[in-house]
Amino acid sequence: MSGRDYGQKAGSPYAPHTDAETAAMLEAVGADDEGDLFDIPDAVAFDGEFGIPARSEREIRAELRETLADNDDLTEFLGRGHYSHYVPSVVDHLADRAEFLTSYTQYQPEIAQGFLQALFEYQSMLVELTGLGIANCSMYDAATALGEAATLADRVRSTSGDVVLVPEQLREGKRSVLANYCDGADLAVETYPMADGNVDLDALRERAGEDVVMVYAENPTVRGCIEEQLADVGAVADEADALFVLGSDAVALSVLEEPATVGADVVVGEAGALGLPAAYGMGLGLFACREEFLRQVPGRLVGASEDATDRRAYTLTLQTREQHIRKERATSNICTNQAWVALRAAMHAAHLGPSGLVELANDCVREATDLAERIDDLSGYGAPVHDRHHLREFAVRTDQPAAAVADEVEAAGFAVHTIGDHLLQVCVTDLNADAADELVAALEAAA
Amino acid sequence: MIYDQASYTREEEAQHEPLLSEKDETTVDVREESPLPEELTRDEVTLPELSEPEIARHYTRLSQMNWAIDAGAYPLGSCTMKYNPKFTEDVAANPDGAVHPDRSSRSVQGTLEVLYGLQEYLAEIGGMDAVTLQPPAGAAGEFTGIRVAKAYHEANGEGNRSEVIVPASAHGTNFATAALAGYDVVELPSDEDGRVDLDALEAAVSEDTAALMLTNPNTVGLFERDITEIAEIVHGAGGLLYYDGANLNALLGRGRPGDMGFDVMHYNVHKTFATPHGGGGPGAGPVGVVDELAEFLPTPRVRETESGSGYERFEPERTIGKVQGFEGNWLVLIKAYAYIARLGDEGLADAAAKAVLNANYLGERLDLEIPYGPYHHEFAATSGDRDAADVAKRMLDYGVHPPTTKWPEMVHNAMLTEPTEIENKSSLDDLATAFNRAFADDDETLENAPNRTTAARIDQTSAARNPRLSWQALDGE
Ligand SMILES: Cc1ncc(COP(=O)(O)O)c(C=O)c1O
Repeated sequence: MSGRDYGQKAGSPYAPHTDAETAAMLEAVGADDEGDLFDIPDAVAFDGEFGIPARSEREIRAELRETLADNDDLTEFLGRGHYSHYVPSVVDHLADRAEFLTSYTQYQPEIAQGFLQALFEYQSMLVELTGLGIANCSMYDAATALGEAATLADRVRSTSGDVVLVPEQLREGKRSVLANYCDGADLAVETYPMADGNVDLDALRERAGEDVVMVYAENPTVRGCIEEQLADVGAVADEADALFVLGSDAVALSVLEEPATVGADVVVGEAGALGLPAAYGMGLGLFACREEFLRQVPGRLVGASEDATDRRAYTLTLQTREQHIRKERATSNICTNQAWVALRAAMHAAHLGPSGLVELANDCVREATDLAERIDDLSGYGAPVHDRHHLREFAVRTDQPAAAVADEVEAAGFAVHTIGDHLLQVCVTDLNADAADELVAALEAAA
Repeated sequence: MIYDQASYTREEEAQHEPLLSEKDETTVDVREESPLPEELTRDEVTLPELSEPEIARHYTRLSQMNWAIDAGAYPLGSCTMKYNPKFTEDVAANPDGAVHPDRSSRSVQGTLEVLYGLQEYLAEIGGMDAVTLQPPAGAAGEFTGIRVAKAYHEANGEGNRSEVIVPASAHGTNFATAALAGYDVVELPSDEDGRVDLDALEAAVSEDTAALMLTNPNTVGLFERDITEIAEIVHGAGGLLYYDGANLNALLGRGRPGDMGFDVMHYNVHKTFATPHGGGGPGAGPVGVVDELAEFLPTPRVRETESGSGYERFEPERTIGKVQGFEGNWLVLIKAYAYIARLGDEGLADAAAKAVLNANYLGERLDLEIPYGPYHHEFAATSGDRDAADVAKRMLDYGVHPPTTKWPEMVHNAMLTEPTEIENKSSLDDLATAFNRAFADDDETLENAPNRTTAARIDQTSAARNPRLSWQALDGE
């Protein structure tokens, strides 16, 4: 009984044909059965089975509920590039409206004004947050946005260089994605050192030269440190005639130094810090750049125009940059992007407003500062490891092996990052700050 | 007729709906309350500040100005716009699945089990030996597959293979992907029948060939009957055969790329497996490969533990590294799993059968010529000497979404149409009527269309010549 979905037909429940309809349609096309319509030679036809049993909605929901219940119920103090903040219910309810969720890319703008306007608004918010002239309407995630920035640097820089410089402290996965994008463009990813959690400016200055096409820095860094000499990093890049690409996220940007004022040419990062709950690493790639790179921007752009009645209307524009027109000379291969996540991020930003956004970011600084202090007070720990200001997260030195501490803390119900033999990393936000006392207690017990 | 109060009461105004920034813009002094020293902060930030009711109205209004699969047919060729089963949203919203990717394998056994299950399903469906779920869209899957092919050739001391062959009728992402991966693109002309020209292929392959990228059925819906010979030619030259999974919906249960000689493929789960496109994304583009290529797949993948009591992540031995920062678009992948489970063998085969039946039935009812066949899940009709884009705009007035226009180029004024399995007969009849009426309307009517949509025809030239890409750029307009 539980296996039945009452009233649903055999075959695909989402193919609405009655037997009579199928018969009438087959007759109209002059076929005896559907198999006649397939022009697949026997030699390559498949007549086996996948062995996938069809289940009812109810069964699948129960199955997946049970399966996911096998995830341990941990309070996460995790960040390092994947951030979540409380997303108000209104975002789910509005974004899940079928008119948004089940729509396609806006190739017929006359009947897609709603989504186009929402994406235009999203782009505008990023223009405000970055201070740069252009933002596209999404990349897949921060890592692929960084890869796209490197290929952009390669296209727009007149120097013959082939080196992309990245900080020593960088998420390994991000570096790996970047390397995959760089390889095809014959670019080499090289590392510059850091000094106490910030860019080692002297070392960077020494390394930067004619062969460098791009300098990448993050604010905050992957360890949550706020960079203190960003304008100098920008100046070093500029002197080397290299693009200055800055990594950040939509929340941090609302309070940290404006990228445009420190000389950033491109801003990439995670815009899914807004609008998206913890989603196992699914993201929203932020990509903004200076206006002069307009024709070299990867991804879709929404622009304003007028319709035949002279009203303002929106449309995908400058599509000659894109793969469906420009093919192998396109600025990127991206087609399907993260538009719906961008919609969610814009809704969340609109709901917070500038005051809410700034308060949230400020709290991320305060909570990190407080928690680091409390952990530092415990014996067996030192925090923050770097003598810097932090946003959301910070590194912790452990006397015990860090992995053993993390295991013990996990057994007590908390997840933290292990980033070195004697290094942990802890991320605190509006979502887990109320469990900070318990985390501190668990760390104390594990020391 | 939709009751559209906003446009009645604001008739005189110059926009369909004001922007958030036109409703409110507030400037906040960042430094006033900042816990940070002044030199580390910006001075102010200016953004809309709206109450929740205002936001609900704004986005509800925007949603009313948007076509969607739940509103009606979306027969965009190549795009496979299927109905997105609602229950898959519920399984994706399960908070137990809302975990961080840096959690220990031990603590996310449920997530890993779902991912493992999907890897297994996809391997079966594609006839592949190993699958990665990491690529976040079809094009990312292509990039992954071509990077894997490159790593394979390099490992065999054949890293000097420098060309990827792409049929002229292929999707733009194939060309762009090959270039992004550092390859020279060799464009392959079609034969008179609209399929791969074997002689041209023979002439194109060489010791420089790294791979041929192919979709099957191809982009006008034709099955590449010579697929066995194609595979022999490519393999004979030492190249690999890549399958673009965008058209897999036509093959479900009747053909598997792995059985046709393909070595590497991507799955377009937002097409074939009905996950919502969300206005352009997110999607997911898992990649399947034959055994010889498995060790090059992105890291991590998921497998059963040796004892069989659980699941673990592992790094393939000669992995190309990563193609997305974490482990892919989880919220999309779990919906694909649920969809496949809902349909099972029989439902998947039925989806393909009805998708092909629908395309053939619709094609039969059109007054437009369809130069190539027999086609499967989609066909490229031609509007002849009438501009396909104009015909499409006029179709909007008849209450339907038009097909993909002017692509592929092998069909003049192409209208590439893919109704998918979800339309019933009367919906297809309506579509045919809209097609035929629009096609029969006079030139002036076509050029002035659409008239019944939120926005009238939008000036593309002005948008591109005078780019205004943000409200800041509108400057009081
Ligand atoms: C034939 C074909 N190949 C590749 C793609 C690219 O897939 P995606 O948009 O998911 O990147 C598409 C879809 O847009 C397609 O239709």
